[in-house]
Amino acid sequence: MELFLHQIFSGLATGAIYAAVALAVVMIFLAIDHFNFAQGEMAMFSTFICWALIDAGLPYWVAFVLTIGISFAGGIAIERILFRPLHAAPVLSHIIAFLGLFFILNNGAGWIWDFTIKPMASPFPEGSISGLIGYHEIGMIGIVLIMLALLYLFFRYTSVGLAMRAAAQNPESAKLCGISVGWMIALGWGMASAIGAVGGILIAPVVFLEPNMMLGILLYGFAAAIVGGITNPAGAVAGGFMVGVLENLVGTYIPFVGSELKLTVALVLIISVLMVKPSGLFGRTTVTRV
Amino acid sequence: MNRRLALAVLTIAGLSLPAAAMAGTYDTGATDTEIKIGNTNPYSGPASAYGQIGKTIAAYFNTVNAAGGINGRKIDFVSLDDGYSPPKTKEQFRKLVESDKVLFVFQSLGTPTNSAVHAYMNREKVPQLFVATGATKWGDPDNFPWTMGWQPNYQTEGRIYANYIKQNLPNAKIAILYQNDDYGKDYVQGMKDGLGSLAGKMIVAEESYETTEPTIASQIIKLKASGADVLFNVTTPKFAAQAIRKVAELEWKPTHFLNNVSNSVGSVMNPAGAENGIGIISSFYTKDPTDPQWQSDAGYKTWSDWMDKHHPDGDKKSSFTVYGYTVAQTLVQALKQCGDELTRANVMKQAASLKNVELDMLLPGIKINTGPKDFYPIEQMQLGKFNGTSWELFGPVINGEVGS
Amino acid sequence: MTAETQVTAQSVDPERRIAGLTSGGWRCAATAIAILVAVVLPWTLGSFQTFQITLVLFYAIAILGLNILTGFNGQFSLGHSAFFAIGAYTTAILVERYGVSTYLTIPVAGGLGFAAGFLFGFPALRLSGLYLALATFALSVATPQLLKYNHFEDFTGGVQGINLLKDSAPFDLPFSVDQWWYYVTLAITLFAFWMARNLINSRTGRAIMAIRDNPIAAATMGVNTALYKTLTFGVSALLTAVAGALSAIVVEYVAPDSFTFVLSVYFLIGLVIGGVGWIPGAVIGGAFVLYVPNLAEGISTGLAGVLFGVIILLVIYLMPSGAAGLVRLGITHLRRRLDRDNNKA
Repeated sequence: MELFLHQIFSGLATGAIYAAVALAVVMIFLAIDHFNFAQGEMAMFSTFICWALIDAGLPYWVAFVLTIGISFAGGIAIERILFRPLHAAPVLSHIIAFLGLFFILNNGAGWIWDFTIKPMASPFPEGSISGLIGYHEIGMIGIVLIMLALLYLFFRYTSVGLAMRAAAQNPESAKLCGISVGWMIALGWGMASAIGAVGGILIAPVVFLEPNMMLGILLYGFAAAIVGGITNPAGAVAGGFMVGVLENLVGTYIPFVGSELKLTVALVLIISVLMVKPSGLFGRTTVTRV
Repeated sequence: MNRRLALAVLTIAGLSLPAAAMAGTYDTGATDTEIKIGNTNPYSGPASAYGQIGKTIAAYFNTVNAAGGINGRKIDFVSLDDGYSPPKTKEQFRKLVESDKVLFVFQSLGTPTNSAVHAYMNREKVPQLFVATGATKWGDPDNFPWTMGWQPNYQTEGRIYANYIKQNLPNAKIAILYQNDDYGKDYVQGMKDGLGSLAGKMIVAEESYETTEPTIASQIIKLKASGADVLFNVTTPKFAAQAIRKVAELEWKPTHFLNNVSNSVGSVMNPAGAENGIGIISSFYTKDPTDPQWQSDAGYKTWSDWMDKHHPDGDKKSSFTVYGYTVAQTLVQALKQCGDELTRANVMKQAASLKNVELDMLLPGIKINTGPKDFYPIEQMQLGKFNGTSWELFGPVINGEVGS
Repeated sequence: MTAETQVTAQSVDPERRIAGLTSGGWRCAATAIAILVAVVLPWTLGSFQTFQITLVLFYAIAILGLNILTGFNGQFSLGHSAFFAIGAYTTAILVERYGVSTYLTIPVAGGLGFAAGFLFGFPALRLSGLYLALATFALSVATPQLLKYNHFEDFTGGVQGINLLKDSAPFDLPFSVDQWWYYVTLAITLFAFWMARNLINSRTGRAIMAIRDNPIAAATMGVNTALYKTLTFGVSALLTAVAGALSAIVVEYVAPDSFTFVLSVYFLIGLVIGGVGWIPGAVIGGAFVLYVPNLAEGISTGLAGVLFGVIILLVIYLMPSGAAGLVRLGITHLRRRLDRDNNKA
């Protein structure tokens, strides 16, 4: 029983990591209808920026806010410079461009900051609640939920949020209503990048900062987003927690899977959810107009 | 022969003036002025952290060249990226041997990568010298006379811990956490061999992890639940730091054995929280540059000065720069012994004739020894216990030869 | 995109002669010259370079496989490293564990690849576009883990992988080992390209492309889209598995670390560089993924990855239809020049 409880809580803690990434994945999907394969590397790069700022002597929260600002601007810049010219290109070109970005950020971070692991500061106190879950993990879950709430408010109650939803769902009509679809997409990139940055900054104290820290996590983040429904931020967060818990329970109680095949669990999860309920557990079904 | 003439010849030979005409015997890759050495390292891809080693070696050879080279010959060090991908390693090795025409390949990194060229190098009779991996298979002079390892192999180290546990913790219940690859499995094998018939009884849990996994919290929780009172931690730095922290967080207090791969104070113990690591036992063959106890050590100072002056980009907290520096010094020693006979056979012969070599960053008392039947250059280690700031070495220098 | 360009390429009058040859004639001539060069090449190169062009060839086969799936059928895959691994491991296991003749293992590897691809094609049916890219991305990230799974270790050699030894040329043919395997690979490559061309130009090929261009219209016309899509997946995986089998023989080693996510990425990059939906492009793509990383490394070891990323981005911007586009552009230019010359005369 104790083992079971521990695995559940530890799953929730890892789930928070996936949820943070999944939120960024959903954000960019809402804006551009794409998965960004470089999402993880962007978050990693942002985290390095934050680390460098703290290392340069800035207080944690100043660095935190600055990093979010830089990442937001960086996301917009990437969209304007790299993806704007490609907007009419086929999906495959986009995938290649994402991969190009992946190589550049991954190798660039290694070149600038080296590949050895770096400890990242946490804003929360050390220690845990009777060994079940650390304060940092609780803080992380809190921040993910706050981000979710803010997103909800943004999309629901601000005119920019509404415009963004319109631009994503029906670009043609949105244009006719005077919405600058191009800038809405750029804004989506900026927000996804900023959310990813927050995720990265929160993840790094747990997994330690290094250029390759995000590849595995991104896969789980995708799995979480798919499970929860790719168009639904709340679903993605719930999906993150579910994947985290499920992964631990499967790894603990199903002997032939063990810890060895945990990544494969994510793979199976992605494929089966896509097969059975492509819109995710909490997503709405989309109907394609022919 | 006239005695005086003989004496004169001896004197000249003894002076070994670099300017003197050298009547050397050479294989491809060596000339009167140059020795061409190949190398592969992962400068890109998931194992890029190890690229530090290649860079440090290159910097060291530059220093050697600036000081006149080895017996008057400059080293031309060709280091290629293989991205830790075996097919790429094969391609790069063939490039080094057949196109760049190196005398030998030195310190190629990784077990799967070196495995891909193991047969090739022995078929071509080109030395694959001091490979950067701790697998046991590199010291097999009967079947693979052209391949030699360098660092103490993982199995040996596993056995050292096993012997310690048998002597000091005879009733231990052991839990093992290991990386699911050749390196992790070799350690586990060494531990099991060392425990012998007791292995089945003493090892109560084994958990593995993949390098792509975000955290290993789940594994630690499972290991704790097994009721073990000894943890054998076979993980790379990132996961070692995570594990140490998680063990402390769970208020689990096993006797914790940490593999040498991850015992750097600066890049593992401190990031994990130094107080969390108190009491951990590990084993050593080099001086940890971040450990305060070596700050006034002569060998450390030599290394540190060299780093500042000749390799300022290198990370002085990393064990990789120590590793690269020390292995490069080992090679320089072997090449000095080659004299003017720079043939592939002689390089292997001299690499296998290192006697009691002591280097700046090797622990006091640890010496490099090789022989025609002994292709394991470093076989000694010493145990140490972490006290919150540095490792307190204890017990004798242990000889951990394979098979003993 | 590809559909349009092809239409323009084919709208040229087939009977029109340029310098005495029809466009079909030119194509034959170009192919003949390419094959001639490929046959003579090893005699002018050292053994290492021969080995390298052998690598280019099996990359080309794998990319051709991906091209059939992505370029002609419109299904994305970031998971072809998995099929490549199936082929490589089949050959390695059969040769090393069961002593099967190396040559025999190649068709077996292809068959298993086909089966695996065909089966994966079923879930793929339900995944469109990006979702399929995502599912296959997961597949390729999980592949190394599956390969080292300890319950299969007796077969796969686990993390240690399997060492092979390639046979030297039979019947005392005057080839070195490298040359011999280059020619074997070349023969298989030519066969694969010939088959691919025939497939695409057949009725089946038109059905495959119709599904890419408009699945609903294709279904209305009576094309069994599910069957064709799964079969295409199978054929694509077959080619990639054959390439994997050749890689195991030529490199003489297989290990989980050889089949990472990066390999899939290389196939995809090769595909786009060579030109989506253009068969000969696969060779150019293969050469690109082999030589360009080496080139980037030659410029700067530390920044090789950044340079590689920048190069592929530049390619996407400057020649979005890959080498295929460049070749077409060149042909159009040439034709205009000739027209002008003819008019003057």
